Amino acid sequence: MLLKKALGVMAVTSALVFAGSAVADEKIKIGVSYPTPTHAWAAGMNWHAEQAEKRLEKLYPDVDLILVNSPDPGAQASALEDLVSVHQIDALVVLPFESEPLTDPVLNVKKSGAWITVVDRGLSQPGIEDLYVAGNNPELGRVSAQYMKGRLKDGDNIVVLRGIPTVIDNERFDAFMAEIEGSGINVLDHKHANWNRDDGFEVMQDFLSRFPDIDAVWAQDDDIAIGVVAALKQAGRDGNGMFVVGGAGMKEIIKGIMDGDELIPVDVLYPPAMIATAMDATVNAFKSNGPVAGRYILGATLITRENAESYYFPDSPF
Amino acid sequence: MTMSTTSDDGEGKTAKRQSIDFKTLGPAIALLILCIIGFLLNPAFISEGNLTNLLTRSAFIGIIAVGATFVITAGGIDLSVGSMAAAIAGVMIIVMNNAVETLGTGVPTVLLGCGIAVLLGIGAGWINGALTTKGKIEAFIVTLGTMGIYRSLVTYFADGGTLSLNFDIRGTYRPVYYDSFLGLPFPVWVFIGVAICGWLLLNRTAFGRYCTAIGSNEAVAKYSAINVDRVKTLTYIIQGLCVSFATIIYVPRLGSASASTGVLWELEAIAAVIIGGTVLKGGYGRIGGTILGALILTTIGNILNFTDMISNYLNGTMQGLIIIVAVLLQRSDWKLGKN
Repeated sequence: MLLKKALGVMAVTSALVFAGSAVADEKIKIGVSYPTPTHAWAAGMNWHAEQAEKRLEKLYPDVDLILVNSPDPGAQASALEDLVSVHQIDALVVLPFESEPLTDPVLNVKKSGAWITVVDRGLSQPGIEDLYVAGNNPELGRVSAQYMKGRLKDGDNIVVLRGIPTVIDNERFDAFMAEIEGSGINVLDHKHANWNRDDGFEVMQDFLSRFPDIDAVWAQDDDIAIGVVAALKQAGRDGNGMFVVGGAGMKEIIKGIMDGDELIPVDVLYPPAMIATAMDATVNAFKSNGPVAGRYILGATLITRENAESYYFPDSPF
Repeated sequence: MTMSTTSDDGEGKTAKRQSIDFKTLGPAIALLILCIIGFLLNPAFISEGNLTNLLTRSAFIGIIAVGATFVITAGGIDLSVGSMAAAIAGVMIIVMNNAVETLGTGVPTVLLGCGIAVLLGIGAGWINGALTTKGKIEAFIVTLGTMGIYRSLVTYFADGGTLSLNFDIRGTYRPVYYDSFLGLPFPVWVFIGVAICGWLLLNRTAFGRYCTAIGSNEAVAKYSAINVDRVKTLTYIIQGLCVSFATIIYVPRLGSASASTGVLWELEAIAAVIIGGTVLKGGYGRIGGTILGALILTTIGNILNFTDMISNYLNGTMQGLIIIVAVLLQRSDWKLGKN
């Protein structure tokens, strides 16, 4: 029944294309396009996409998910064309490489009548996507700052290690600073560590030489946090209630939180599994009787020892 | 770092000695100025802890740059070193993790890993050398190709994520980076050892003179009965060996390797070599200068972390300016009126 209903909705919007594919076989075809994983977070996303594919296809035998990853924006644009012409997809879940060069290709998929779900990076033109699924960068900064305020008191000193200079980094940093303001906590300095372990290690070494009194570190990212911890241990300044707050949800960090690590006691979620959320929601657009279109902004959950287990995926590469 | 300043200016240039003093001393002066700036910005700059950090950090780029000095002196270039380091680190970690069951988590496993690293370094260097000489492809293209290959191999080995060394082996291996001998951390000793060997090889052996000759004029070198292909291949093998030494002291630092390991190390190594006074088109090389060049590059980054006067976004600008000024200092004609 539900399927018929979904088919009906789709038929209104795109009678021609849809009729073609629905008659050819009864399956709902959903293309999932994202960049080829070149770093740990993206590898985690790849893993979660594959997990979601297995789970959803088992749950709904009439749903066919087609996963495609592309090494650059041009290749992703071609992949989108193929998904329309070869696979005749009914819906597209896309994590664009870059916003600008992929806006037109996604618009073309939209014109074929397919449902569009955009993940993580928005397109440069509003109104193309039916559904937008993303993490919350300002919230990540705010939640981190709130935790800092809960642990530290007036006059305590922290240092901040930032990511690669980008909009994402700015959103996180600005929200963090806005939340810290007025709390009496001193932010001694902030430097870019490029979401990278080696840079995290070196920048933290220099902070430790420069500032004799540091009470906590906001590393913003789990890779940076790992470098920071190595530098703290080398300098023997990992005691006295020192703590580091990272972000993202790397499995090694989550494991540490579960085991009661005092140096990294919490993590703030910016999960690669959001691709799975997007795939679920897109399937629901065909299967559920509830409306799905809109914006789905994930919370930046504070992961503590109590809830860590539900965010721990030992088999994921991230 | 003290051994390197004056001892190795090229022979056969005595006629111009008065005027080249500034050129050989250029990198040393630049480093000195940087250190004074660092001290003025924050006296903690010359604290023992910071100087030790600085020297240890320079070791990676410095050791690789010693190898690059040979390649560049002989007229070649190697763009693959950063990726090569990442790939070697990746394979080392995989081999050591797999050897835990048979060899345990002690010294033998670490030695096995180091042995593998040396073999891989030599092999990778030989591939670059053979493709350049026997394959007759420009070094730039060969090493651009291998750069991409090694980088994607480490991504593949790590399944896109990060390879992490077994926690118990890390305990055994960790002192190689973090422990000291006579007040200097082990990586600095390795750096000193590689620098001395490199200096002797370039300045006191026939091989070193062949490198210079080939870099000056390959055709003439060939007619002078120098086995050009063999010498050039050897320079790439030395480079590969240096990369494996750098990797052996890099891995115990964080115990991990990923696609972001060693990114842009090739450019830093080449910059260190050129800041040190070696000529990019070949024919003249200075190991001592290279070491100063590596120290200068690391010091710039260190100083930028010691001040908040300069916007973070301008770090690259400062680095670029200092590199250009350092080279300007030793290249331009500073004879003041004599010309």
